[in-house]
Amino acid sequence: MDKDFTPTIIGFLCNWCSYTGADLAGTARMHIPPSIRIIRVMCSGRIDPLFVLRTYLKGADGVMMMGCHPGDCHYQKGNYSTRRRYVMLDTILKTLGLDEKRIGLWWVSASEAPRYEKVTNEFTESIKKMGPNPVFKEIFI
Amino acid sequence: MAKALKINKNTEEGLLQLLEFLLDSEKVEGIFSLKKLNKNGNIAYSLITNKDELKGAVPLDPHMPVNAGKILSHFTLAEKTKRPVAAVLRPCELRAFVELIKRAQGSLENILLISLSCGGVFPIDTMNNGDAKKRSSSYAESLKKAENSPDVRKTCQSCDNFLPQLADMTVLTVGKKDADKECIIYLNTKQGENFAKDAPGNTISAEIESSETEKLKSKRKENKEKLFKDFEKTGNGISGFSRVFAACLGCHGCGEACPICYCTLCDFDSKTCEYKPESYESELEHKGGLKIPPGTLFYHLGRMSHMAVSCVACGMCSDVCPVNIPVADVFTKVGAALQDVFQYSPGKDIEEPVPSGTFKEEEFKEVGEH
Repeated sequence: MDKDFTPTIIGFLCNWCSYTGADLAGTARMHIPPSIRIIRVMCSGRIDPLFVLRTYLKGADGVMMMGCHPGDCHYQKGNYSTRRRYVMLDTILKTLGLDEKRIGLWWVSASEAPRYEKVTNEFTESIKKMGPNPVFKEIFI
Repeated sequence: MAKALKINKNTEEGLLQLLEFLLDSEKVEGIFSLKKLNKNGNIAYSLITNKDELKGAVPLDPHMPVNAGKILSHFTLAEKTKRPVAAVLRPCELRAFVELIKRAQGSLENILLISLSCGGVFPIDTMNNGDAKKRSSSYAESLKKAENSPDVRKTCQSCDNFLPQLADMTVLTVGKKDADKECIIYLNTKQGENFAKDAPGNTISAEIESSETEKLKSKRKENKEKLFKDFEKTGNGISGFSRVFAACLGCHGCGEACPICYCTLCDFDSKTCEYKPESYESELEHKGGLKIPPGTLFYHLGRMSHMAVSCVACGMCSDVCPVNIPVADVFTKVGAALQDVFQYSPGKDIEEPVPSGTFKEEEFKEVGEH
């Protein structure tokens, strides 16, 4: 394992919960790993599986999808759709053996800055253990 | 015990007699069936309203020039048919039609669905091989014994879903030893019974599932498991997956032939997936190389995320692939996994919503909480 390896992680964060939670973690000066790059979406239901697949195939080492806890969605039911889509994506990747562990879904509410700190750090660690995304080895895909 | 119509003719002639009766008695205005176009053996799906044209109809011909579910959807998309039409189609085509109706792409109204216990179809590129006679006689023999014909597609050889589920009438072919002498057509629904009323033949009661169909089912299940295992050996992981699709031209033919892919403008043909000079540049900067045309793996994975949960395992995608990629092996495998997760069986129940378009609040509770 390369000790200096800093993974590139793309996070799709819902505007109302997770993004605000991340913001709170920032203002509270918590330790957020530098590996995560955040893309704000209005609802986690906006995260098209194609966004995630494209991110993965273009070489991101990990993809984090984050949204409000089920039942707390700003738009009532958006995150239930996210959950189904995530399960679908996870099943596809698992079936094809395309390390599905590089893609994950977490519920983080606006007040859960410590949880945001915890999950980003944990995920970064687990990606570090897995090493760089193998699509870099398979250049001509 | 289901009701059935027994006709003392061989299976194809018996079915043709019933179709002729339906036209004659004006119970239907048209027949949708495969028809021979010329002496070279070319066949195509056709709509027939004239009784004389029914002569060249070959409703049980083991070829699938196109998935009929897709055609019927086009036929009923703008408006339901005003006049009743009898359509003869294979179980996977029927499943595809039902999946399309669930996506508001067609209507079942005024359509009499006639299907069959299916022995599979030949690959489309062998349609003009000239050995049609020889092949169909060996095909008929295998059908009688309820065995897999070696000439049919790989997908068909591993399809254990060969008994139609929502058909009004089902023609018995699998395991029918006296197919040269008699024809049995099961009347599964009230509509089927109404249409077959006064039709020539005797009404009997019989069960479509027999030890013969069970035999074929278990054989095909075995084949399916083997197919999936074999794929795991060659196609696992990003390296295996990219090896399987290495020859992909990016023609999108599999999506065009797929009955479930109904979008008028596919995401992958749209501007969103277009490669602009700067996309080439940025990718080359990071990777130092790029397959042209780019994005073929993304296309297959993306298409999978859109339609695999409804995959009816018809095998059209493999059949039309110009570079012989076993597309259907991958899609049926992923489809089976998804259908297992969502406890969904495509084409089985017309009322059940498609998993990708619905959700339940009380499901997958553990997801996202770790």
